[in-house]
Amino acid sequence: MDAQRSLALRQMIVRHKRWDVIFAAMGLVAIMLGLLTLITLFGGLIYDGYAPMVSPEQDFFSNFPSGRASRAGVLAALVGSAAVMVVTLLVAVPLGIAAGLYLEEYAGKNWFTSLIEVNVSNLASVPSIIFGILGLAVFVQKFALGNSILSAGMTLALLILPVIIVTTREAVRSIPVGIREASYGVGATKWQTVSRHVLPYSMPGILTGVIIGMARAIGETAPLVVVGAVAFITFLPHSPIQPDFPWISFEWLKDPYTVMPMQMFDWVSRPQEDFHALAAGAGLVLIVMTLLMNGLAIYLRYRLRKSIKW
Amino acid sequence: MSATADAALARSTLTYRASRNMKERGIELLLLAAASISVLATVGIMVVLISESLSFFKDVPVWRFLTDTQWTPLFENPQFGIFVLLSGTLTSSLVALLIAIPLGTVIAVYLSEFAGFRTREMAKPILELLGGVPTVVYGFFAMLVITPLLQKIMPNLPGYNLLSAGLAMGLMIIPYVSSLAEDAMRAVPMHMREGSYAMGATKLQTAWRVVMPGAASGIGAAYILAISRAVGETMIVAVAGGMQPNLTVNPMQEGLTVTSYIVQVAKGDLEHGSVGYQSIFAAGLALMLVTLLFNLLGAWLRRKFRETY
Repeated sequence: MDAQRSLALRQMIVRHKRWDVIFAAMGLVAIMLGLLTLITLFGGLIYDGYAPMVSPEQDFFSNFPSGRASRAGVLAALVGSAAVMVVTLLVAVPLGIAAGLYLEEYAGKNWFTSLIEVNVSNLASVPSIIFGILGLAVFVQKFALGNSILSAGMTLALLILPVIIVTTREAVRSIPVGIREASYGVGATKWQTVSRHVLPYSMPGILTGVIIGMARAIGETAPLVVVGAVAFITFLPHSPIQPDFPWISFEWLKDPYTVMPMQMFDWVSRPQEDFHALAAGAGLVLIVMTLLMNGLAIYLRYRLRKSIKW
Repeated sequence: MSATADAALARSTLTYRASRNMKERGIELLLLAAASISVLATVGIMVVLISESLSFFKDVPVWRFLTDTQWTPLFENPQFGIFVLLSGTLTSSLVALLIAIPLGTVIAVYLSEFAGFRTREMAKPILELLGGVPTVVYGFFAMLVITPLLQKIMPNLPGYNLLSAGLAMGLMIIPYVSSLAEDAMRAVPMHMREGSYAMGATKLQTAWRVVMPGAASGIGAAYILAISRAVGETMIVAVAGGMQPNLTVNPMQEGLTVTSYIVQVAKGDLEHGSVGYQSIFAAGLALMLVTLLFNLLGAWLRRKFRETY
């Protein structure tokens, strides 16, 4: 009787342990599936997009878009993406860091600060195309900035603002109170403490957030379609540097533009297969840019966790 | 030091302090202003969506908007039945979630309970790259890789369909589920697992009956985020889902989603104030309300199932 029970028990244990192994295998398969997707994605883009990128007649990187697939390139999109990113960076980074600092260092506990907090987390989950609609109504129409680099940059800046605010707060929060107390102890004011001690120490963490935000912004298409990115641009924006006084020109902010993901979207939506190869080429450029930025952010985060011990 | 010099020093210290305090106060106000921009953005979104939608609903009665079974904004006699777009959105989102939630959960349980330290540190960032790929690239992938593959199994599948768009979307969303759910599961204290192991439970039993219920609110939040992402995702459906408005829940068909409709209209030349222009805002409002609904549900879930240790 006892022998029978212990046998049954043993069988049960074996059965349950087998489930452990089966589940572990399932987990590995699921991870592999994710990996396989990345590899197929990359492989497919390289396979389709390699030829137009390296062909010497194509001049993929120095040609404008063209109705003939064999002559089309991404120059306008590359310059456009760079210009829009500059605006996004200049708007989002100061605003995001300032907001993060305020919430973490200055804000007391009152209804207004908790309103801001709830807001930031809600903004992060608003679909990106809604930011496009906001940009269209406010920047393009209300402020009459038109389909310009400026409206596009500001729209994307609003989109990535929550990312920068959240990472700034996390970075600032991880600075020990002792640092601040030491600064106050020698008679520094709040802003002196924040700007000379807290901010420099939290810079690497903030930088991670900025890179993640920019990687997101560079791949965003939907809001820019709504605020009026044009796919077919055969000229470059005005140069920011002029030969005459005052040497710097802001004319480029008002120029129409296209960006890399928009260019890719235009090419992939065309029925001709030649354009699909171009789309793959553009996709390859895009994916390399975003993955490099994401990779850099992941590396920074990893370094940060390892190196800083307060 | 003479008394007058002392008094002068005290006075100059006072004015120095006063100007310093003013500067401090000014900086604080500046930072507060920056923080208020986020509130302004939200208010802006609501004002813009509602005010433009109001002028849209002057032309199209709300009741027709909710009950019409056709979405034909560019026809002679335009009809705006929002459920046509919502059905496309929900169909593609459902396909995406059927991929992302099971796979993401299995990955999260595996990484948190089964995998060693090194596997976890390697796998997590690599999977996060899946979420970093621009969505227009996923659209390309869905249209030119997934659809031809599926057509080998289902020869009747049209070139544009919600199924492959949903599948690509699901793959994209996996890291959102797996990373957040894994964080939640790792936050479950070790002694709860140890208690379970001490009773003779296996790893899977512990994961299923102790860790997952303990992390339920975090896992729920991860699912809700995944739903939000799927509902609001635009470029994948705009590229691979087709542009044909269909009131159907059959993913093997072409379909128009709320987001892909907005892209479709915005790509053409929009005349400010036209019904087409205003319909974007009405569609956007519908999208906002759906995501808001899920966010509220998420907040409620988190409150209801929050575990305190």
